[in-house]
Amino acid sequence: MNKDDLDLRVKIAGVELKNPVTTASGTFGSGREFKEFIDLNALGAVTVKGVSSVPWKGNPAPRIAETYGGMLNSVGLQNPGVEEFIKNDIPFLRQYDTKIIVNIAGRTIPEYCDVAEKLSNTDIDLIELNISCPNVKEGGVAFGTDPKMAEEVTREVKRHTKKPLIVKLSPNVTDITNIAKAVIKGGADGLSLINTLIGMRIDINRRKPILANVVGGFSGPAIKPVALRMVYQVAKVVSVPIIGMGGIATGEDAIEFIMAGASGVAVGTANFRNPRATIDVLNGIKEYMIKNKIKSLKEIRGII
Amino acid sequence: MREIKKLIVLENKLISSNIYSMVLQSKGLAKISKPGQFINLYCREGSRLLPRPISICEINKLEDTIKLVYAVVGAGTKEFSNIKVGEKIEALGPLGNGFIIEKDKTKNIIVGGGIGVPPLLELAKNLNGEIEVYLGFRSKSILIEDFKKYGAKVHVATEDGSEGFKGNVLELMKKNNVNGSIIYSCGPKPMLKAVAKWAKKKNIPMQVSLEERMACGIGVCVGCVCKIKDKNQSDWQYKKVCKDGPVFWSDEVIWDE
Ligand SMILES: Cc1cc2nc3c(=O)[nH]c(=O)nc-3n(C[C@H](O)[C@H](O)[C@H](O)COP(=O)(O)OP(=O)(O)OC[C@H]3O[C@@H](n4cnc5c(N)ncnc54)[C@H](O)[C@@H]3O)c2cc1C
Ligand SMILES: Cc1cc2nc3c(=O)[nH]c(=O)nc-3n(C[C@H](O)[C@H](O)[C@H](O)COP(=O)(O)O)c2cc1C
Ligand code: FES
Repeated sequence: MNKDDLDLRVKIAGVELKNPVTTASGTFGSGREFKEFIDLNALGAVTVKGVSSVPWKGNPAPRIAETYGGMLNSVGLQNPGVEEFIKNDIPFLRQYDTKIIVNIAGRTIPEYCDVAEKLSNTDIDLIELNISCPNVKEGGVAFGTDPKMAEEVTREVKRHTKKPLIVKLSPNVTDITNIAKAVIKGGADGLSLINTLIGMRIDINRRKPILANVVGGFSGPAIKPVALRMVYQVAKVVSVPIIGMGGIATGEDAIEFIMAGASGVAVGTANFRNPRATIDVLNGIKEYMIKNKIKSLKEIRGII
Repeated sequence: MREIKKLIVLENKLISSNIYSMVLQSKGLAKISKPGQFINLYCREGSRLLPRPISICEINKLEDTIKLVYAVVGAGTKEFSNIKVGEKIEALGPLGNGFIIEKDKTKNIIVGGGIGVPPLLELAKNLNGEIEVYLGFRSKSILIEDFKKYGAKVHVATEDGSEGFKGNVLELMKKNNVNGSIIYSCGPKPMLKAVAKWAKKKNIPMQVSLEERMACGIGVCVGCVCKIKDKNQSDWQYKKVCKDGPVFWSDEVIWDE
């Protein structure tokens, strides 16, 4: 068996990716910075940084703190808005033979819907709805932590777009399967998980939090066991495809997520340590398949 | 394609308390580097996930080497200090935009503070005209003789007075009635801010090299931001130190924090 015999294709929300490897939103920009390091054509899909209906300035610096085997970020979804994105980034990505997944952010349901609607007539493949954003109307509670709100925002966004819809789940909940079921009721065609956990660090010499925002999103290899557990739990109770993420840095990591039930795998924070991480993960998956005589990932998906 | 390279360490020696000078065989990096750019150094210990950005202190295109000068401040730089000559270190670069060298300026002023001094050395090598260097340290100076080698006139201030002028670098500049056609600067933010304010009053254009906590160093994470005024100065945006900087014109920077 060699690399050409492998069938790496996966279907996510009705869209076929040539392989399961994509990028985690916010860790790959729109791919521009990575074209110097890797061949973007090799990726199953590029998931771009979160876009909102109008430009967002983001949070004050410091926005980054390293943690043991991971990191915290409080970027605050800084982005130039959906119109700039459509003008600059879609034409760039369309030069490549890879699917485009657009991660969308909003502070209110109409804001989310506006982005989804504007993307409807563009040449993108999938929308990934980030429901971890704080809801300004509900006083900062994230849409993703309340099943009713999660269902409602999913339903409304779905109504405003023709594109297949993936909903990205927050791990900062007591039972992630409740949220998963709620968004599927709202019409989600697929799920991605997990977003960042919430963490903090303190500079004991300055006696102050390292992040200007005090708390931030925790990501990287350190969170992998939590992410894997959540993918496993959700995969047991839903039938839509899942993109798994959280600390994936190697092919072995990706195989773990696939065995737990993921169809796609997204590489996030690992891109910061190794700009070729996506390709290394893809090659690692192939090597595992060859070594274990697996022709299609279907043979191992969700076997746990 | 660009990649993280494993570079051989040719020198890694203590030059002052807690400060090391590291020379790397650069695998072509020297040829394309400019003063004010930096490189990412990666730790071997996997729990230290993020790259450590370190400025390029000197570039030797002929021998294909670069020199870095770094302070041991935490676990990552501690790890670097233990690397032996002949071993390899993972590095990516050059990153960022360096200083904009204004060749027509007749009198260059360089202002450096503490561990912000190293990138100014390669800059000094590349300037035309007269160069006056003002360096401030807490107690012990670094790289003074190196600046002199390149024909610069060097003035030192130390906070505790153990070397040169007792006080900060701006006080020394004021005392010497400094004037010039351009200022290039790198150092702690309070120093940059104070010198920028003074430069504005004197109407001297000034470039500053900023520092911020980074995750990628290549412009994707949007972690390393500073507030930069728009062209018409009516609003501002968070710009990336790693990609849009680290060097900015001082009058573009909003110094509030
Ligand atoms: C553009 C740029 C150029 C730099 N050039 C030099 C140089 O020439 N010489 C030198 O000694 N230092 C330089 N620094 C600072 C240097 O990057 C930090 O001192 C170093 O990363 C500390 O790592 P550590 O593991 O020892 O410290 P730790 O505190 O253990 O590091 C933990 C995390 O915080 C980050 N961090 C800590 N301090 C800083 C800091 N001051 N700036 C940015 N990130 C920080 C680290 O990168 C790491 O991600 C530069 C920083 C920047 C942004
Ligand atoms: C710097 C940074 C920015 C991020 N931005 C977004 C974003 O815009 N939208 C989103 O849904 N998730 C965002 N995330 C979360 C990641 O997409 C991913 O879910 C999470 O980091 C876990 O994966 P990892 O451990 O592989 O990074 C961001 C993560 C990081 C580290
Ligand atoms: S460090 Fe990632 S954008 Fe500058």
